[in-house]
Amino acid sequence: MKYEVEHPEIRENVAKLCADFPGEYWRKCDREQAYPTEFVQALTEAGFLGVLIPEEYGGSGLPISAACAILEEVHRNGCNAAACHAQMYTMGTVLRHGSEEQKQRYLPGIADGSLRLQAFGVTEPTSGTDTTALRTTARLEGDQYRVNGQKIWTSRAEHSDLMLLLCRTTPRDQVAKKTDGLSVMLVDMREVRGKSLTIRPIRTMMNHATTEVFFDDMPVPKDSLIGEEGKGFRYILSGMNAERILISAECVGDAKWFIEKAAAYAGERSVFNRPIGQNQGIQFPIAQAYSQMRSSELMLREAIRLYEMGENPGEEANLAKMQCADASWAAAEACVQTHGGFGFAEEYDIERKFREARLYQVAPISTNLILSYVAEHVLGLPRSY
Amino acid sequence: MKILVAVKRVLDYNVKARVNSEGTGIDLANVKMSMNPFDEIAVEEALRIKEAGKADEVIAVSMGVSQSQETIRTALAMGADRGILVETDAELQPLAVAKLLAAIAAREEPGLVIVGKQAIDDDSNQTGQMFAALMDWPQATFASSVEIDGEQMKISREVDGGMESLSMSLPALITTDLRLNEPRYAKLPNIMKAKKKPLDVMSPEDLEVDISSRLKTLKVEEPEQRKAGEIVGSVAELVDKLKNEAKVI
Repeated sequence: MKYEVEHPEIRENVAKLCADFPGEYWRKCDREQAYPTEFVQALTEAGFLGVLIPEEYGGSGLPISAACAILEEVHRNGCNAAACHAQMYTMGTVLRHGSEEQKQRYLPGIADGSLRLQAFGVTEPTSGTDTTALRTTARLEGDQYRVNGQKIWTSRAEHSDLMLLLCRTTPRDQVAKKTDGLSVMLVDMREVRGKSLTIRPIRTMMNHATTEVFFDDMPVPKDSLIGEEGKGFRYILSGMNAERILISAECVGDAKWFIEKAAAYAGERSVFNRPIGQNQGIQFPIAQAYSQMRSSELMLREAIRLYEMGENPGEEANLAKMQCADASWAAAEACVQTHGGFGFAEEYDIERKFREARLYQVAPISTNLILSYVAEHVLGLPRSY
Repeated sequence: MKILVAVKRVLDYNVKARVNSEGTGIDLANVKMSMNPFDEIAVEEALRIKEAGKADEVIAVSMGVSQSQETIRTALAMGADRGILVETDAELQPLAVAKLLAAIAAREEPGLVIVGKQAIDDDSNQTGQMFAALMDWPQATFASSVEIDGEQMKISREVDGGMESLSMSLPALITTDLRLNEPRYAKLPNIMKAKKKPLDVMSPEDLEVDISSRLKTLKVEEPEQRKAGEIVGSVAELVDKLKNEAKVI
């Protein structure tokens, strides 16, 4: 299979890096629910996680299409970038809204990997996607904030030095709009972990290093505030498109992995003295998945194109995320079905990839919310929630 | 000292080669092309020699179609300092490549030339040897370890009976075996830097080299399909079949 691709030289080297991390490596991590430290280190040392950080702060300063090429290739080669993709983009909030002093202080370390910023505290047990209803508060006392509350589904918190935290600095009943009064701060977890910050891992159906996080009167220096107090919700929204686009690229990579696996197996597995891939019942689902993957890839490219032009591709980024996640899930399904019993065997890696691919129907935004967004903001229908 | 490394653009080793419909060669339309794996080993070795402080410059050279620039950029991303492409759409046989390489060596005066022992497309395994003969240089083919000490170098080669050790003086030619080293992948900052490194493009005419083919390909065809094997019940049956059916003993 051949695809017209951007950044071939980046893809080629990512693929070579991934070759050092075969299925065996990921199976072991999965079995032990272990963080893929060696893989993350290799990606870091090769500079791939600093792709989006401007050159003046020690990164490569490349456009989002390059970051997409990296993530797609990681997934296409059977690896998983979920353990570290946020190191690429969480810094975007600091880059766009932080002060020059904050950028100088944090970005070079994030670019070379010595400082890990890959935890993002937004979701709470009681608010979910209803972000403005979050209950974690920060109260200014002299030159520091005191943070109280709780976050959930905070991925990689145990493997991050800093956390980008969204919390309420003005109570909801004291602001004109409920989106006001929220603030973003960069918490140095190394200072407070085990004291006023507690991180509890949550075991899930796949190896994802997700956690719940508790703040008990956690002190955060005032100069950790990003941008202006009370405007945090807008800062967070501005990073959503990038996140959706990057996750879409991972889904396209997963879809290609499943499709290539399925097609190869269908071509070589012989039952009743002929390859099973000769049967349309086997071919068609794979061909269908391929078709779906290619169309979703086009939507992703459109989102990337607009993003790189400096437009706000809210619609396209959402559609790309939904379609790419649907495509990878359809490809996963076709791949398992093609492999029959072997699709369930750990050593084929398909069942693991299958579990991993399922996540993107739900995270970072669920398909239902994307449909609601399209209905309301694109089609002009009444808000449904 | 300069090191000249030859890099060839070939069908990617993961791609299943198919004969074209005319039966004149391999179908290269819309398939992935990469650097010949033995040439990657050559680049890696040159870089290690440079990193050990025993060379000042690594020059990656390729010959062939314009897209071979990508192959040179791969070498530059790994760490080579500059590139030279001798661009031609003509078919290049090993003698032509050796002559072009010799013409470039005459201009650049490298202390060492490293090439892959063979390219995985035509498996000729001739270019290095022909080049050394044209230059009247010592050569060590299928090197599995290389050690440079001043003007001298020691090379080990894997031969049927074990390891063979050679010593020769520079300038010299080495062809690389599979186990000489494990090539690195390029880091992102180096991929970016590679785009700005100099890459000279010239033609065979510029080098005044006659690249006309001495051999003619008559026909290319797929090998016969392998037939399924057979499990025999006893040694006696095996011997009988080898003798009377296969007629090989």
